[in-house]
Amino acid sequence: MPFQGVEATFWALLAPFVAAAFGPWLTRHLKHNAAWILAVPPAAIFLFFLSFVPEVSGGAVFRASMPWVPSLQVEFSVFLDGLSVLFALLISGIGTFVVLYAGGYLKGHAHQGRFFSFLFLFMGAMLGVVLADNFLTLFVFWELTSITSFLLIGFDHLRTASRRSAIQALVVTGAGGMALLAGLLLTWQASGTMEMSQLLASGDVLRESSLYLPVFILICLGAFTKSAQFPFHFWLPNAMEAPTPVSAYLHSATMVKAGVYLLMRMHPVLGDTTIWMTVLPLFGGVTLLVGTFLGLRQTDLKLVLAYTTVASLGLLVMLTGTSSAEAIRGAVLYLFAHSLFKGALFMAVGTIDHEAGTRDMRYLGGLRKAMPITFTAALLAALSMAGLPPFLGFVAKEVLYNGTWTLGSGAAILTLVAVAGNAMMFALAAIVALKPFLGKPVDTPKHAHEGPILLYAGPVVLAACGLIAGLFVASAGHLFADPMTLAVSGEPVHGELHLIPAHINAALFLSLGTIALGITLYIYQDKARAFASKTLETIGWGPDKGFDQFINACVILASKLTRTVQTGSMVTYMRLTFSVLLLVLFVPMIATASWPSLIPSELPSVLESCILALALIGLYAVLTAKNRVTAMVSLGVSGFAVAVIYFLFGAPDLSFTQFMVETLSVVILALVMTRLNLHNKDSRGSAAKLFDAGLATLVGLGFTLALAGVTQQPFDASLSEFFTQFSRSIAHGRNIVNVILVDFRGFDTIGEISVVMVTGLCVLALIRVRSNYTPPADPEANKAEANS
Amino acid sequence: MNTVIFRTVAPFLTALMLLFSVFVLLRGHNEPGGGFIGGLIAVSAFAILGIACGVAAVRRALVMHPMSVAASGLLLAVASVLPSLFKSQAAMTSQWLEFTLFDTPIALSTPMFFDIGVYLVVVGAITSIALSLEERESD
Repeated sequence: MPFQGVEATFWALLAPFVAAAFGPWLTRHLKHNAAWILAVPPAAIFLFFLSFVPEVSGGAVFRASMPWVPSLQVEFSVFLDGLSVLFALLISGIGTFVVLYAGGYLKGHAHQGRFFSFLFLFMGAMLGVVLADNFLTLFVFWELTSITSFLLIGFDHLRTASRRSAIQALVVTGAGGMALLAGLLLTWQASGTMEMSQLLASGDVLRESSLYLPVFILICLGAFTKSAQFPFHFWLPNAMEAPTPVSAYLHSATMVKAGVYLLMRMHPVLGDTTIWMTVLPLFGGVTLLVGTFLGLRQTDLKLVLAYTTVASLGLLVMLTGTSSAEAIRGAVLYLFAHSLFKGALFMAVGTIDHEAGTRDMRYLGGLRKAMPITFTAALLAALSMAGLPPFLGFVAKEVLYNGTWTLGSGAAILTLVAVAGNAMMFALAAIVALKPFLGKPVDTPKHAHEGPILLYAGPVVLAACGLIAGLFVASAGHLFADPMTLAVSGEPVHGELHLIPAHINAALFLSLGTIALGITLYIYQDKARAFASKTLETIGWGPDKGFDQFINACVILASKLTRTVQTGSMVTYMRLTFSVLLLVLFVPMIATASWPSLIPSELPSVLESCILALALIGLYAVLTAKNRVTAMVSLGVSGFAVAVIYFLFGAPDLSFTQFMVETLSVVILALVMTRLNLHNKDSRGSAAKLFDAGLATLVGLGFTLALAGVTQQPFDASLSEFFTQFSRSIAHGRNIVNVILVDFRGFDTIGEISVVMVTGLCVLALIRVRSNYTPPADPEANKAEANS
Repeated sequence: MNTVIFRTVAPFLTALMLLFSVFVLLRGHNEPGGGFIGGLIAVSAFAILGIACGVAAVRRALVMHPMSVAASGLLLAVASVLPSLFKSQAAMTSQWLEFTLFDTPIALSTPMFFDIGVYLVVVGAITSIALSLEERESD
């Protein structure tokens, strides 16, 4: 792989994983200062992708691939266009500052190295998602983001709340991932390609396919769960259990936007249909309103931000759902702005939490003197979030209002929803940026002071980027936003972006309305909060509670099912197993009416007859045995007789093994028996005994018939001839059985010895469990016996 | 069962059986035998020692936990799959190294190490089951 050009993307993808491997080691030696070194890889990745911007903004796309599973035509391929480059820049750029921030935030934490490791694993996975060209590559990285998100949310794994949130996020996004896989495979079937770049060039193939509806539903499920759309939004606020760098990075700036990314990516081939323009705006709009409304109720600053993130994701989905180039331009700008200001705000709130000891706004106030830098950064970011000039957020809002307004009167509701949502977001931005800093200083749990540079570097730079991009919005639009809009909407956008509106239009009035509404809400925030709380209390039930009920229902169902199927009675297990065996043996014979003949073609010799008689004597001894040990030893006699028969027919290896297995099973069974509280006498009644005897006889008859049937088939000797011929010449061995085991079919043997190993571990665990507490008539030991 | 004669003879019997199991293991490629059968013989040897002299004696003699023996066997077996990859052959293609030591032709091969791995897995897994079953709750 060369180090330059598009092929070097593979190195860029690999870099975070390498950093993940070295993170713990560096942290052990350099403590929190390792962050300075660890920030280098993401910064380098950022610069690498920046070098593509001039060409990509000119409309160029790049593609590189490596064979992955050549036999299935699966490639490991990457694809660079306006959409993926902007995402990659956000992931690596914000990632750089998140790494620095994590260095300060988790300073002195015992597992800081592990944290860095998880963070880099996520970074690599997320880069993979946005760069992947091949569907399977995309899916693998998509799942990896879910898993790393699980690890990061559950980072503080000693707390129950963290564990619950981690599992919740994994279940919701993991289930969505399954839907996505199905959707991508159906897309493959419908379009005949597994490469995103080829799919995008296929035009209307997918839209005209009969599989369009299932593909659309499955892709939406994947995107909606990942991007926390209503009614799957509940996992995202719960994910705030994670340390703040994670919330800033995964749960606002990058990972949760993977769903939006997917919808934007698929828009050229899936979008612009009636169902697309109905479902997406509907779910997006509801998410926007629900998110902001739920956010109003919160007093925890981090949760306020989490709900506004949910709302912003709703806004993005809604705009993507309009399929209008102008609205999508607004979505792209908003996505760009949102990543910058939300990342900065999360980090600022984390700094407050870190330095003042709380992030509940009721116990915060007057921090502007103690934390001037954080205050400035939070204020700059909040101004962008509120959509005020001269910030990028303002331009984004102008463009998106213009986009929904020009859709016509039928889409007026979208404009209305956008204004209402943005007004609430304005109020929430003001609350987060002003409430902790203004007013009289309040006694906080810790004596508040400004954090170290590691903590304020991130918020300051990100907030400043939002300002700079706003001031130079024409170039920012030309370099970053417009190529992405082109990639998403499939048509080039016209007109330059202006910070100062070129002429007075509807969007400007909508903006003024939003601001007025937002200020009103901010002034009456306590009333709004009380109203929101009251409404939610009236409703009472929510998807979050529903999730718990769902999980509980699964557990109850599983345990009921287990108790029904696993009664713990060995006799029942045996009867069930043998009954099923009976069906398997006889149903095919009855169905095909092929009854093999039971008359042997030749009579056994005297020697063979003697051995058969020995087997029968063993059986008789089993049936008449007074106690279990006698029965087991007698069964061993029959087993030995069988081993001798193997020997007579030229299978010394088999016979050898049979001898050893018989011996050991008698020993192990005898040992198991001594551990079980078994009655000395058979407790079955005579009816039960008769039934069991009949069952056993029938199964025996079935096996005899099946074996007779097999031997009466013509024998295909091609395999044995192959082994006989090549055992010596290829595998240097004369013992064909052994050569098959260790060479020709060695992979089977690997599987088998792994099973032996795992079975051993399981039996060991079961015996341990039993010796710790001894309930009466324990079913576990029966299983141990069955396994051995 | 636990007579003086048995207790005196058991260690020698165990040693002989172990030696025999290694013999069966190594001849396996050309004569009846192999890792699986050899492993089973070794397990019987340990079982006999366990019955005669107690489980603690067997554990002391084994030094490692039997499960670790099984795990290292699995590792050895999987490791013997890999050498062919370095020669750009399909995984598990057998590699042979033949040389003469003191006028005796000796052939080392990856299937042989694979078979030793099988032997160790069988010995480890089944011995650990047998030993824990022999251990009474009071031990």
